[in-house]
Amino acid sequence: MALPAEFADLEPYLEWDLATEPERYAKRLASTMAEMQAFYDVAFPRMEELIAYCDKFPLDDLPTDARTLMHLMQSLIMVSFPVEAWKQPRVPDSGAAWVELIKEPVI
Amino acid sequence: MAHFAKPAEGSWTEHYPELGTAPVDYTDSIDPAFFEAEREAIFKRTWLNVGRVERLPRTGSYFTKELPSAGPGFSVIVVKTKDGSVKAFHNVCRHRGNKLVWNDYPHEETSGTCRQFTCKYHAWRYSIDGDLTFVQQEDEFFDLDKSQFGLKPVRCEVWEGFIFINLDPNAQPLAEYLGPLAKGIEGYPFNEMTEVYSYKAEVGSNWKLFIDAFAEFYHAPVLHQKQYTPEEAAKIMQYGFEALYYELASPHGMISTWGGQSPPADLSMVKPMDRVLRSGLFGPWERPDVIEQLDQLPPGVNPTRAPQWGIDSWHFFPNFMLLIWAPGWYLTYHYWPTTVDKHIFETSLYFVPPRNVRERLAQELAAVTFKEYALQDSNTLEATQTMIGTKVVSEFPLCDQEILLRHLHKVTGDYVNKYRNNGAKEAHNGSAR
Repeated sequence: MALPAEFADLEPYLEWDLATEPERYAKRLASTMAEMQAFYDVAFPRMEELIAYCDKFPLDDLPTDARTLMHLMQSLIMVSFPVEAWKQPRVPDSGAAWVELIKEPVI
Repeated sequence: MAHFAKPAEGSWTEHYPELGTAPVDYTDSIDPAFFEAEREAIFKRTWLNVGRVERLPRTGSYFTKELPSAGPGFSVIVVKTKDGSVKAFHNVCRHRGNKLVWNDYPHEETSGTCRQFTCKYHAWRYSIDGDLTFVQQEDEFFDLDKSQFGLKPVRCEVWEGFIFINLDPNAQPLAEYLGPLAKGIEGYPFNEMTEVYSYKAEVGSNWKLFIDAFAEFYHAPVLHQKQYTPEEAAKIMQYGFEALYYELASPHGMISTWGGQSPPADLSMVKPMDRVLRSGLFGPWERPDVIEQLDQLPPGVNPTRAPQWGIDSWHFFPNFMLLIWAPGWYLTYHYWPTTVDKHIFETSLYFVPPRNVRERLAQELAAVTFKEYALQDSNTLEATQTMIGTKVVSEFPLCDQEILLRHLHKVTGDYVNKYRNNGAKEAHNGSAR
C-alpha cells in the first residue's frame, strides 16, 4: 500500500493498518513499549494533518490510502494509553480480566 | 466537608428509612440456594431488557437472547412482526423440543431476517407471529390441531425503543414496572444514537457485585488513579467522591453526578490524545446537534439542573443499567448470571452517527477509553467474590455514597423472601397461571 507522498514517513508502521479493534488490541498486547513509542513518536505529531487529509473525503467512502491512514490513527488511539498513561502494554490492575469487543463500526 | 447538599435527614440513606444503616450481609452473593431462589423470584418474574429496536429494522428481523439467568437453556426469539410490533417467543419447537433458531452452535445467540422460522430437525415451520404453519407429513400425526401448537409466547413490551421481555405471563405492564424514574427520561433522543460499540465479558463474580461496582463512584478516585499525574491523583483522592443527587423508586434507583471532563477545566489533566481529539472518558466534548438543539433535557435527566453535571446512571432492577452522559451519548450495562459466582457482562456505547473522520475518531477514543476502565473495574470482582466466599467476613459497612448497593441487596432480599413465603407455596400447590 502506497501512502500519499506527504505521509511517506509512516510507511514503516503499516503493520498497524488494522481495520478492527480486536486486531489492534492483539497487536498492542504483542508489541513492546519501544515499538509502540516509535510509532507514536512519528505519527502522533501528524494527527491534525492526517485528520485534515482524510476529512477531504466522505467518511463512508474513503479512498484506499485514506482508509489506511484512518486505520493508523485508530491504532494510534489504541497505543495512546500504553504510551501516555500506563507505561506498559496491558491495562494496569486488570490481571486476568478480559473484555471482548463484539460489535463496532468498521471503516 | 460536604460539597453538595444532602436531604434534611442528614444523609441520602436515611432519607429512605426502610434501608437502615447497618452493615449489609453479602451471603446473598455466595449462597447457591439463594441464587436458585433469585432465578425463580426475580429472573422469571421481572422485566428484562434484551436490546434496542434498532436491532430489528424490518419485518422479519429477529435476534435470539440466551437467558441463563432464568435457568440453563432458557432462550427467547425476539422478532419484528408484520404489523410492526415486536414479539417474543420461547426458542423451542413444539414438535419434540429442539431449539428452533440457532446457527452452528446451539448455545450461541444469532440474528437475521426471515419470512418464517423453520426447525432444523423435522422442518416444522412457524410464522413470525408464532403460528405453526407447516408440519412435515402432517397426515402421519393423530388429530393434530396446528392452532394449538404455536410457539410459546413471552411477554414483550417496548419503552423508548428498549425491548423488554418478562417470563411471567401475569406481570404488570412494563411502563408501570419501570415507574417514575423511567417516565422522567422519556423523550431523550435515544433513537438518534445508532452508532454502537458492544463488549462482552465472562466475569467470575455474582451478578450483584458488578452492579455494586458501577452503582457507586466512590471507587473512581482510587482504582483509576494511574491515569493521572501523581499530584493530580493525590488532589482527587483528597477531594473524594460525592454525588449531586440520588433517588430511589423501588425496585429501581438512580445517581446523578458531576464530571468535569467534557471538556476539562484544565487541559493538562487529560492525555495528549484527548486534547487533540477533544474526547475521552466522558465522550466527545462537542455535543451533537440533536442535543444542542433540544429545548431542554427531559426532567429526569440532570434532575437537579446542576451546571457541573456529568453523568446520570439508572439501575432498572434487576440487571439493566442506563447511563446518560452530559456530552450527548449513552451506554447500557447488562448482567446475566449463569451460576451464583459467574455472570455474563454486556455493555454497549451509543453515539449519534459521526459525520466525518474527526467525529469518528473522537468516538473511537471514548470507546477505547471505556474499555481500559472496564478492565480495571471487572478485575476487582473475582477477588471480592473469592474473599466473600471464605465467609471470614459476611457483613460489610456501606457508606452513604453506596446507597444504591444497599438498595439493590435489600430489594433482592425482599423479592426472594416474598417468593419463599408466597410464590414457592403457590408453585407447590400447583396453581396454574
